[in-house]
Amino acid sequence: MTTLPTGTDRKLGLVIDLDTCVGCHACVISCKGWNTENYGAPLSDQDAYGDPSGTFLNRVHSYEVEPAEGAAQLIHFPKSCLHCDDAPCVTVCPTGASYKRTEDGIVLVNESDCMGCGLCAWACPYGARELDLAAGIMKKCTLCVDRIYNENLPEEDREPACVRTCPAGARHFGDFSDPESDVSRLVAERGGFDLMPEQGTKPVNKYLPPRPKDKLETEAPAALPAVATETTGFLSWLDKTLDRLPGGGAN
Amino acid sequence: MHPAPSVILFTSLSGLGFGLLFWLGFGYPGVTGGTAFVFFAIAYLLAVGGLMASTFHLGKKSNAIKAFSQWRSSWLSREAWLAVISLIIMGLYGAGLVFLGTRWTLVGYVGGLLSLATVFSTSMIYAQLKSIPRWNMPLTPALFLSYGLAGGALLSGQIATTKALLLVLALVQVAYWALGDRALITSGTSMASATGLGKIGAVKAFEPPHTGTNYLLREMVYVVGRKHSAKLRIISLLLVAVLPMACLLLPFNHLLAALAVISHIAGVFAARWLFFAEAEHVVGLYYGKR
Repeated sequence: MTTLPTGTDRKLGLVIDLDTCVGCHACVISCKGWNTENYGAPLSDQDAYGDPSGTFLNRVHSYEVEPAEGAAQLIHFPKSCLHCDDAPCVTVCPTGASYKRTEDGIVLVNESDCMGCGLCAWACPYGARELDLAAGIMKKCTLCVDRIYNENLPEEDREPACVRTCPAGARHFGDFSDPESDVSRLVAERGGFDLMPEQGTKPVNKYLPPRPKDKLETEAPAALPAVATETTGFLSWLDKTLDRLPGGGAN
Repeated sequence: MHPAPSVILFTSLSGLGFGLLFWLGFGYPGVTGGTAFVFFAIAYLLAVGGLMASTFHLGKKSNAIKAFSQWRSSWLSREAWLAVISLIIMGLYGAGLVFLGTRWTLVGYVGGLLSLATVFSTSMIYAQLKSIPRWNMPLTPALFLSYGLAGGALLSGQIATTKALLLVLALVQVAYWALGDRALITSGTSMASATGLGKIGAVKAFEPPHTGTNYLLREMVYVVGRKHSAKLRIISLLLVAVLPMACLLLPFNHLLAALAVISHIAGVFAARWLFFAEAEHVVGLYYGKR
């Protein structure tokens, strides 16, 4: 059913720390790996050895942000499905393939119902859904629903592949409906924000802003002064000898 | 947005077909027998042909039947239902006209209104999308209804009504372009809101996620041909309204009427191509594009 639930028991999602992300794309690769080898149609590539293009559920952009004063910053920006409370991708679906789960708020596609019309990808302002060209059906982040509840995996692996693999600790997984959860506290302490709030999608995933940078000196440092004025010994002799050579004597 | 031929054919042809069915339902022209058969055959070829074209771009056609299931929430599903119900009711009404020479007035009214509702539901598939500000306007349904009504009136051969509706269509189309050109800016969505980094400073796309292209860019960040948009707008307006109007103002003859119809249909295709090609999806902002 493609009407949205009035509320969900839990709100599982991600916090992405833009201060910590180093832009290594490990989350992109682990996501593609897990979701190709496990649940659902694999994430295909087309013309992999020519002009390659493929399906990804997580992509890392990089932005240059230039403040009014001071140096420009480079910010790496991973983006995947935000599992919106008011998900426009779900309500447009004509076949009932797209749905938002009542128990944990994860937005999923039932692949056996999808007809690959692509309207949900049009409805998503974030570009979180991609039509797989080999399978002809819509793919999206499942929040690794086949990992997080999977009792065959060791407990530390029961989180999304992108979170598990992030070497910088820039991705956090948890329940936003619990104000005491790690993710809720991170958002409260660090001023977590929504992407495109004006679109009214009420995304569950939050982004943490980069911390303020140290201010660099705006003027170039002056020429280094001589450290010692009276010198003795070998280095003093070398200094004076070099000064006497043609072209020497500066500083 | 990528102007897929299947979607241009679908919206253009089914709009004309259901527009014609609307007028036939209300008894314009009041034909029976063989003449009625010709009118209904044209309407059904356009409407059904357009609907068939819409299935060409589906990734998994075997699931298309399931598109009837979500009429409570999805405009695409509602459109599927309205199209089928209109075609059944208008088929019944047409059969009465063609084979019995009887006009079941009420059946015609209901079928005509449902045909117009089908055109409206097609427009709402696009108008509902907040992610595409140029489409997310009340003028989008107004535009589709104007095209359906004017094209239908032209095909049904009502000269006076067509002239008035072509004028309305031209005005709505120009208003749609004028407001549409400001839609992305007034939507408030920008690279700053997309990334949330606007508080720090001016945001510029430094490096895309991949060196190659992807589904999102192909499907939603279509920029080919935008530089010709001003010329194409003029061409489509000339073809869709000005030339047919000139043909209808001259003393009636069948050759001019045929020219008016051909010109109008070519104009509808050009305008519909622009409708898709010019529409900016906000996901382009993540790539520093629009």
